[in-house]
Amino acid sequence: MNPALLNDFERIRPPLNVISDRERLHPFETDAFIAHRALPMCAILPDTEQQVVEIVSACNARTIPVVTRGAGTGISGGAIPSEDGVLLVLTRLNRITAIDALARSATVGPGVRNLAVSEAAAPSGLFYAPDPSSQLVCSIGGNVAENSGGVHCLKYGLTTHNLLQVRVVLSSGESVTLGARSLDAPGYDLLAVITGSEGLLGVVTEVVVKLTAMPEHVETVLAAFSSVADAALAVGRIIGDGVVPAALEMMDRMVVEACEKFMAAGFPLNAEALLLIELDGAREEVGEQLCQVEAILNECGALEVRRARDDIEREKLWKARKGAFAALANIRPDYYTIDGTIPRRCLADVLARYAQLAAEYNMLVANVFHAGDGNLHPCIFYDAGKPGELERSEELGGRMLEICIEVGGTITGEHGVGIEKLRQMCVQFRPNELAMFHAIKKAFDPTGILNPGKGIPALKRCAEWGGMHVHDGSVPRADIPRF
Amino acid sequence: METTVQSLTERVRQAHQSKVPLAIHGGNSKSFYGGSPSGEPLDLRSYTGIIDYEPKELVLTVRAGTPLAEIDAVMAREGQMLPFEPPRFTEASTIGGTVATGLSGPRRPYTGAVRDFVLGTRIVSGNGEDLRFGGRVIKNVAGYDVSRLMTGAMGTLGVLLDLSFKVLPRPPDEVTLRFEMDQATAIQRFNEWAGRPLPLSATSWHDGVAMLRLSGAAAGIRAAREKLGGETFPDGERFWQDLRDHRAAFFQGAGPLWRLSVPSTTSVLGLSAPQWIEWGGALRWTRAEVGAASLRELVAAQGGHVTLFRGGDKSAGVFHPLQPVLARVHRNLKAAFDPHDILNRGRMDNIQ
Repeated sequence: MNPALLNDFERIRPPLNVISDRERLHPFETDAFIAHRALPMCAILPDTEQQVVEIVSACNARTIPVVTRGAGTGISGGAIPSEDGVLLVLTRLNRITAIDALARSATVGPGVRNLAVSEAAAPSGLFYAPDPSSQLVCSIGGNVAENSGGVHCLKYGLTTHNLLQVRVVLSSGESVTLGARSLDAPGYDLLAVITGSEGLLGVVTEVVVKLTAMPEHVETVLAAFSSVADAALAVGRIIGDGVVPAALEMMDRMVVEACEKFMAAGFPLNAEALLLIELDGAREEVGEQLCQVEAILNECGALEVRRARDDIEREKLWKARKGAFAALANIRPDYYTIDGTIPRRCLADVLARYAQLAAEYNMLVANVFHAGDGNLHPCIFYDAGKPGELERSEELGGRMLEICIEVGGTITGEHGVGIEKLRQMCVQFRPNELAMFHAIKKAFDPTGILNPGKGIPALKRCAEWGGMHVHDGSVPRADIPRF
Repeated sequence: METTVQSLTERVRQAHQSKVPLAIHGGNSKSFYGGSPSGEPLDLRSYTGIIDYEPKELVLTVRAGTPLAEIDAVMAREGQMLPFEPPRFTEASTIGGTVATGLSGPRRPYTGAVRDFVLGTRIVSGNGEDLRFGGRVIKNVAGYDVSRLMTGAMGTLGVLLDLSFKVLPRPPDEVTLRFEMDQATAIQRFNEWAGRPLPLSATSWHDGVAMLRLSGAAAGIRAAREKLGGETFPDGERFWQDLRDHRAAFFQGAGPLWRLSVPSTTSVLGLSAPQWIEWGGALRWTRAEVGAASLRELVAAQGGHVTLFRGGDKSAGVFHPLQPVLARVHRNLKAAFDPHDILNRGRMDNIQ
């Protein structure tokens, strides 16, 4: 621990909760990207925004890295600490300051859990729309940092579509408000830039989110198909026909079996692919769309089309979907999840290529993903006990992401770059574009103390990696800068 | 000469080297908006055409000089639309100008703004770099969201070349309802209605009359009408188009037209001049002949901001002044994208 910095921290009032012994730092050494870890110099859990301002100011004066962390559910390693830096844990900034039902907004601290916002808004007939699968535990500050999506973002948008205003502490220690409670703000759209910036531009200390009216009526349909290709065809047909479902999810056989085994969701077991479709809106409107969707599903060769009978059955289906990754963990504890997005029309083709690659690498791959958004989440299983398996799974993942780029998609739809996808950033963006990202970072954070080494690869790193390229079989993750 | 990415990039590179500013324009339908840029004109009208449009993907990619009228016509044939209902102040309005000004129409509070539907951009930065950000897919968090940053930046950060959007199906049915009520009641009702599951797609209040548009499946609209009351307004389509394009007499004339962007629940503002309210109370137009400073103070106190949209004396500032720290970040960003300040110099007067 840097004694001069500790001295600065000791002067902050009210006194800070600083953790610097190895034992108590252990829970903070990684987020949900558990394959990689690092111990910070110290972790601090501030109780007030003013403390955040003073912590960041002190670190800035001494050019000490600051990594911000919320609930630690990120899966790209964005909150993995810097070894010579401070980990700023914002879980205690967890107050819902206001629910304004008439204005349909909620003012919350960054440590407030995603689901807690919807729970607080429910008595007013409102909810917070973005619903990442981790919504029970993940926090709003992290959602802003990652621009989180969820199963319902096909209709309701991502985090960036559901924010009004954020307050941010810059690395200079100055607080600024981005966005507004009105529908636009003067100047550049910095709210859009901070959303999804993975903690590299500022520390979010307060968030005003939009709340949405709960739909009057919801229908959930489950459709089973004998092939992934048929299911993919149905996805394109539904959206092409003018229906925008609230959610449109796909699961392959392995996921279905895992969900069945561990959650008894009532999924049909004879299928190669399942679609889970939710329609919401006015009762009459949903009724019309339901007939339309069921007709398409049958035309596309569905083996079975089943409506959720009631809210209990619907909740059971969604619980199984959102719990899919946990269920998969029961089959094999070690897996690696990819997050590429592709144009929907390439769905069947890309999934076939994934299956081929998986066979080539002789690794198990399960698919559970947001089909309506074209956002794929293949799960690659590996055995952490076997030397080289993790590296091979990461290499396979890298190749899957490159297929996404090749078909006009992106390496990350909602999980973020973190440290996980730095190499693929070099494939997706050219040096002048990466240079512009670094210039944007500098415009917000001239000293570069905020979450260094994440999100945007250093140009010289890309040059080094470019020489070996991702296909050559060596993915030396160990050489990623840890500061 | 044909306008290509190469010719535009080369043009900007020359301007960067000679430090002679460029005044970017498309159809000039919004040339009244913002400060007057200095420099040589850079005409984007011949950089035009749809690059990729696959209706089943709900994604459209176009060149910046493409007229909105052309895009609307192509999309209408597929039963789709640009969901943010961009204003077409003249038939020459282009998609590039729409993104640069960030202006959205009556559907904005219920469906989203231009920035909500922009997926990707290709730009030429102020030093002549050809750059691509975002993409043609709906979810994409790789790198900072530069595409949305371009929206509303008035061309001061880059020359917009290609733009990708998420698009939506055109609602099968639309109905406009008319109610007589005072301003305070209208603001209250608009906000209450927006908190209920109703298929709202536009709201307007002016001179004692509130208008409400419902969009969606016929059955849903029928059910909503029963709940809401009001009388059916026969020529709704024309009404909303005229409002979108500022064709009513209220918006015409030489006097100042102020655009007040406020939290939707802001109570009646104490202005003596007439107002036109849109966006469920969040957008208020007024023709008040008042000082910019006092109007800005009044509106800022409500958490809003003021733009001198059209006419009036621009010397007091068109756009709302920024807080000093925020202004510094703006200057840094401007310097990153356009180090010699050659792009639309003077068009956005609050970032200088």
